[in-house]
Amino acid sequence: MSGFTTLLMRDLRLVLRRPGDVGVVLAFFVVATVLFPLGIGPETNVLARIAAGVLWCAALFAALLSLERLFAADYEDGTLDLLLLAPWPLELAALAKCLAHWIVTGLPLSLLAPVLGIAFGLDGTSLLALGATLLVGTPTLSLIGGLAAALTLGARKSGALLALLALPLCVPTLIFGAGAIETLAAGDGIVTHVAILAALALVALATTPWAIAAALRQAGE
Amino acid sequence: MADLHFLANPARFRRFSQRVLPGLGFATVLMLAVGAYMAFFVAPEDYQQGKTVRIMFLHVPSAWLSMGGYALLAALGASLLVWRHPLAALMARAAAPVGASFAAVCLLTGSLWGRPMWGTYWVWDARLTSMLLLFFLYLGHIALSRAYDSPERGDRAAAILALIGVINLPIIKFSVDWWNTLHQPASITRLDAPAIHNSILVPLLWMAVSLLFLFVWLVLLRTETEIDRRRLENAEAAA
Repeated sequence: MSGFTTLLMRDLRLVLRRPGDVGVVLAFFVVATVLFPLGIGPETNVLARIAAGVLWCAALFAALLSLERLFAADYEDGTLDLLLLAPWPLELAALAKCLAHWIVTGLPLSLLAPVLGIAFGLDGTSLLALGATLLVGTPTLSLIGGLAAALTLGARKSGALLALLALPLCVPTLIFGAGAIETLAAGDGIVTHVAILAALALVALATTPWAIAAALRQAGE
Repeated sequence: MADLHFLANPARFRRFSQRVLPGLGFATVLMLAVGAYMAFFVAPEDYQQGKTVRIMFLHVPSAWLSMGGYALLAALGASLLVWRHPLAALMARAAAPVGASFAAVCLLTGSLWGRPMWGTYWVWDARLTSMLLLFFLYLGHIALSRAYDSPERGDRAAAILALIGVINLPIIKFSVDWWNTLHQPASITRLDAPAIHNSILVPLLWMAVSLLFLFVWLVLLRTETEIDRRRLENAEAAA
């Protein structure tokens, strides 16, 4: 496990030394969300109805935006070659990179979204539910996005391609994440939705590290 | 599967396909002609939907073939990653646009059928939406396999994507079904008729087999082209 934590701490330290990179992603999230009331109109009941969907979609885009560089820097400066040569599983390295990505984007997005939700007129329980579903759902986005990032490593127009690959695969998470707040409005609990989001995250956890490692191996060939 | 291994060699595959292709093409055209006659003149009109029910004979087999086509992509991807069959990559490259075209035909005919029946070209019905997402998965596969300067790299990236996609397809389908029941509970009458009468079922199955022939013919033809293209590229690189 020491390799795992070392890599994780290294990635977190890199982000900590250039906090602007994360700041840009969060700023994008805020600006993109604020555009919706401007485009749709300020009626509070309309905004409260679409809030969960808008915040979830914006979080998805923000997470994708930051994924393009997940492996690219390591690919360019040769770190990836060393990871490929290292005598410990590449799957763990992939997992460490995705975890680092989640800590610096998924986690702050989950904390920031309820704050923005207040501006959309969501009530207290909905805000909590929004934060909870994002907290459980964003790891899936980091893992699937990590796979898309590994597959598009060194490709032409990799940014747009990454979005094209990752977005259809993220649909289930989006549906259950945004759907949870809607069920809450209808008077039901969100336990089922959170459980399914957790199940999706576990499926992603069980499959994507192997696929990411396979993709990284052929990128290194 | 073992019997198909002899086709893994591109040169041997080419000899095989050149023997099969003309007859297969002829059979496809003949079967489609008979199928079109059955669909337009033999099959009865629906008492509610009138002539528009004939769209089904193209629409439903296209849906089947686009789903089967993705399963084929995943199988080819697995055989490329596991056995490194050189032909699997070329065939996946050939099959993806064909499958995407069938998905597009399914979506287009569905929307043309929806206009007279539902009064709109598009509804966010669970089946329509999951077919649209399948179409996007095809687009991702096509774009990824052609995104690299080295074609082999694109082949293998696309193979991994096809395998992950095939694991995710049932999950996507399930979640879209769930999403639809949440948002609009059964506002559309579906085609869940108790049983399809033989006068409709026979032309439908006939068209399904004819379009399967078309699918196989197109994939074999395009695979031949891909073999030639790869050879040309290699020759150019060597020169």
